[in-house]
Amino acid sequence: MLLSIILIPFITALLLLFIKDAKKSNTIALVSSAASLAISIWVAMKGAPDFNQAWIAALNSRVFLHADGLAKILVLLTTISFPAILLATGSNTLAQKNIFISLLLLTQAGLLGVFLAGDALLFYFFWELALIPVYFLCSIWGGEKRIAITFKFFIYTFLGSLMMLAGIIFLYTHSTEPNFLIQNFAHATLTPAQQTTAFVLFFIAFAIKMPIFPLHTWQPDAYEQSPTAVTMVMSAVMVKMGLYGVIRWLLPLFPVAAKSAAVIVVDLSVIGVLYASFIAIKQDDIKRLIAYSSIAHIGLMNAALFAHQVIGVQGVLIQLFSHGINVLGLWMVADIIEQQTGTRSMMAMGGLAKKQPTLAILLVAFAFANIALPLTNAFVGEFLIFNGLFQFNPWVAAFAGVSVILSAIYTLNMVQKVAYGEVSEATQKINFINKGAQWALIILLVIVFASGVYPQPLFDLTADTLQQMFVK
Amino acid sequence: MKVIIGLIILWPLAGFLFNGLGRNFWSKKIIAYKATGYIVASFILSVFAFMNVQEYGAVTVHYFDFINTATLKIPIDFKVDALSSLFLLVITGVGSLIHLYSTAYMKEETAPHYARYFAYLNLFIFSMLLLVLGDNFVVMFMGWEGVGLCSYLLIGYWFTNGNYNAAAIKAFVMNRIGDLGFLLAIFWMVVKLGTVSYGDVFTEASLTKLSSADITAITLLLFVGAMGKSAQIPLYTWLPDAMAGPTPVSALIHAATMVTAGIYMITRSNILFSHSECTQTVIAIIGISTALLAATIAIKQNDIKKVLAYSTVSQLGYMFLGLGVGAYTGAVFHVITHAFFKALLFLGAGSVIHAMHHEQDIQKMGGLKSKLPITHLTFLIGCIAIAGIPPFSGFFSKDEILTAAYEKNPIYFYLGMVGAGMTAFYMFRLYATTFLGKFRGTDDQAHHLHESPIAMTIPLILLAIASAIAGVIGVPEIMGGHHWLGAHLTTIVGATHESVLSHAQEWMLMGISVSIAVIAVIIAIVIYRKKADGEPTSGWGKVLFNKWYVDELYEAVIVRPLDKLAAFLKNTIEKNVIDGAVNGTGKMVQYGARQIRLMQSGQVGYYILFMVLSIILLFVLWFNDATILRFFYKLTH
Repeated sequence: MLLSIILIPFITALLLLFIKDAKKSNTIALVSSAASLAISIWVAMKGAPDFNQAWIAALNSRVFLHADGLAKILVLLTTISFPAILLATGSNTLAQKNIFISLLLLTQAGLLGVFLAGDALLFYFFWELALIPVYFLCSIWGGEKRIAITFKFFIYTFLGSLMMLAGIIFLYTHSTEPNFLIQNFAHATLTPAQQTTAFVLFFIAFAIKMPIFPLHTWQPDAYEQSPTAVTMVMSAVMVKMGLYGVIRWLLPLFPVAAKSAAVIVVDLSVIGVLYASFIAIKQDDIKRLIAYSSIAHIGLMNAALFAHQVIGVQGVLIQLFSHGINVLGLWMVADIIEQQTGTRSMMAMGGLAKKQPTLAILLVAFAFANIALPLTNAFVGEFLIFNGLFQFNPWVAAFAGVSVILSAIYTLNMVQKVAYGEVSEATQKINFINKGAQWALIILLVIVFASGVYPQPLFDLTADTLQQMFVK
Repeated sequence: MKVIIGLIILWPLAGFLFNGLGRNFWSKKIIAYKATGYIVASFILSVFAFMNVQEYGAVTVHYFDFINTATLKIPIDFKVDALSSLFLLVITGVGSLIHLYSTAYMKEETAPHYARYFAYLNLFIFSMLLLVLGDNFVVMFMGWEGVGLCSYLLIGYWFTNGNYNAAAIKAFVMNRIGDLGFLLAIFWMVVKLGTVSYGDVFTEASLTKLSSADITAITLLLFVGAMGKSAQIPLYTWLPDAMAGPTPVSALIHAATMVTAGIYMITRSNILFSHSECTQTVIAIIGISTALLAATIAIKQNDIKKVLAYSTVSQLGYMFLGLGVGAYTGAVFHVITHAFFKALLFLGAGSVIHAMHHEQDIQKMGGLKSKLPITHLTFLIGCIAIAGIPPFSGFFSKDEILTAAYEKNPIYFYLGMVGAGMTAFYMFRLYATTFLGKFRGTDDQAHHLHESPIAMTIPLILLAIASAIAGVIGVPEIMGGHHWLGAHLTTIVGATHESVLSHAQEWMLMGISVSIAVIAVIIAIVIYRKKADGEPTSGWGKVLFNKWYVDELYEAVIVRPLDKLAAFLKNTIEKNVIDGAVNGTGKMVQYGARQIRLMQSGQVGYYILFMVLSIILLFVLWFNDATILRFFYKLTH
């Protein structure tokens, strides 16, 4: 069961290399991603037995897949995101689209593997499998500055990957049993100094991925220059790899180091939240605005993880999912606008509410989800996150709370510039909304409100992870 | 009861969905009937719920758990008790009338926009009901931000106008500042008490768990929330700008209901507030200061809606004064009477604006008395009511607050008197300039002057009646009344305390307040009966006309510096410092690589040798213990 979740996109990706027709390949990918979605919903509801098979015998590394609450909610996010993305961007024309989609699905396979892997080497394998296709996607199909940007992105994340690999080997050498099972690493007896070393190695890898201030500058560039489908994958799902790493690796494996680093990391994250929010206020490029907004949201989650209060971590587990849904919605609207107007500059926009009311309504709805209005999904997560921060330190919560105000400022300014006012020359060109995108947005919106009004299923889904983390 | 209470709140939501989703399908007639009908249905059920409370006492119903985890439980529970049932009546009652009024007022809109308007209005009622029905602070907060959303959407309803959008954003952001305070108060309660349900927070057991510093902090933070929503110093400047919205919206949201949410919140939590002398003093001082500041500004405004907006800010200030001196009943009383007469005044203003073809400047009005007889008469009643002249409703509620203020500290009373005088003055200045004297508009406008259609005059008449007689629910004892409202709210705010003032003193205070009001009215009518104020060009008049330059002050002290900071972070720190460092590192590596390139020989063997050496070097540098040996040991075993 668990293996099939990963294999479906993987095999489809290989298959697509031989299907030249753009439309057909999109349809096949949609079917494949729908199948993954169906299976992962099943797994989320009913659970699935672990998959355990020898892999690299020499190293005693295994294909060990395990789905706990954390894995389930991220698998669900991944498998919801991909069909939505394919649906929304299906009509965008690209050269050699079948290869584009193939690489996209390869990334999906990698992401799902990352979230399910219980073996460190397998984890690393999937981590790279998720990243490498993205380099190609950006450098081949990206915007005009793509080469330089992708290079930076590549160096940055590759540096992180290497650190992580070193960390994995380091842990392996210190673990009590000669295998790579992540859960066994927890039994490794490390001196505080060793723990710190390992912690730093992993932390840098994850911090780059999320990204955490000040390691974030690759991200707005990469989001801006990538084709939107790739941007969506990166910001909805891929950044969660970093947070996932914190929950799966840093907190359980290096509790002492994580605790002593807590104050620094929380402070740094919160500074990053405000920093990114301020910069978002001054953006004119709609994609960059969303990118900085996303950096702020992710920073908040990371702060709550290191604050390490049950209530805040609970919030993060929910928010991992909700943030993905919301940011997807924003990207989709931005993509429709960019595809038809050819610009991302908000100065050139305006009047969408008059020209395309439906699209404007969707934009406004996602904008308010982005600023965590109650009864949207993000409120639940952020409410708990702030509670956790408050228990950690009331002043940190108050300071981070300023982002609640700042996010309202930049998000509503965006809405005003894009949706309101008289119809601009650029907006005049938006003559239709493709049905796929519209449906994808509506489905996401239903999720936004459903999980905002009744989030309990998400709590139930992630309860076991929380218990593992806090009941010792 | 569970079904009835559920329906009270679900009808408006149904209306929102019906008109929101079907905005392109329905005719204007259907939209109007549906939107108004849903609210009337809610009103009827609210009456029923109210009577039920009268008969059997408070009811709490549970629907489902919003959050239910090991550490925190937040249920979606609704409570209908003495306090919330009153608010239900006001919200759905005044709400129904304003929906009815809107059906005519918004007639010029095309069907999809007409539907959008009513969808927003319905959604507002839903959120407002959520706010007052919730049985815990989180549900209240949901409604709290929900009404903020609707306020934002309705202020910016005419979205092609950039200024209106700016006003909408200003309203939302200023409210968010307050909301942050509210949120922090909630977090504080969660940390200290582990619960946010009223039934658990407002108990002796909980109060003993909180230190007096906790209580002061929580109540002050809650009050920050109230400052935002109820437009108190320093967060009041959004409300006058909010007049950009359609006039019925100003009546419903920015006068009768939403802006009184802060008073509701504090009354609801009166047990906490009564335990903090410090917070109460702060509330009283902010309240009276706001009342006076806004009143001075109202004196010099020439936009009919702006006068009413500042008047609203000022009246809210009085309500907070009441809360600050512990006169919770008085504050709620004033919320109710104010809802009637201020909704009336705004709708009257709407009727005038409608007749004048969207002219809002009172300098260009005058003499409308004969052309708009119903509007004139009802507006006059509203003015008398707000001026505090007996036996109209405003007198009773304002008097109750001021009497309580006198008991607490006579200075509050005297300041309140000054404000009351100004209120009577600016209201009758508005009245006289608009309705008396000669018409000063264009011939074209004069030609088209007409009384509004019946859908607009019926709400005016009904609200006028309510404004005139609503005082009966709180007639004080010395006038031979029983103060029904005081008895009604006993379960919420405790028994009405015995006044320490003698009857003679009370009569005297009343006498002072009424005579001040009457004198102010006479002065205003004498001055403005024939002419309007021009735009003052110097002195105090100019300062007041420009609203004490508070907007300019905020702009210079807060908005612009923050904007500069953001620009600095973006253009200097982000671009040059952080990304500069990253790129600099990259350049250095490239430079190094160029030197090392010389070592390239093209022979694969060398590359592999270098690679292996570097990896070993890396390991040696990083792990100075026996890591490597152990690694190979493990591999081979």
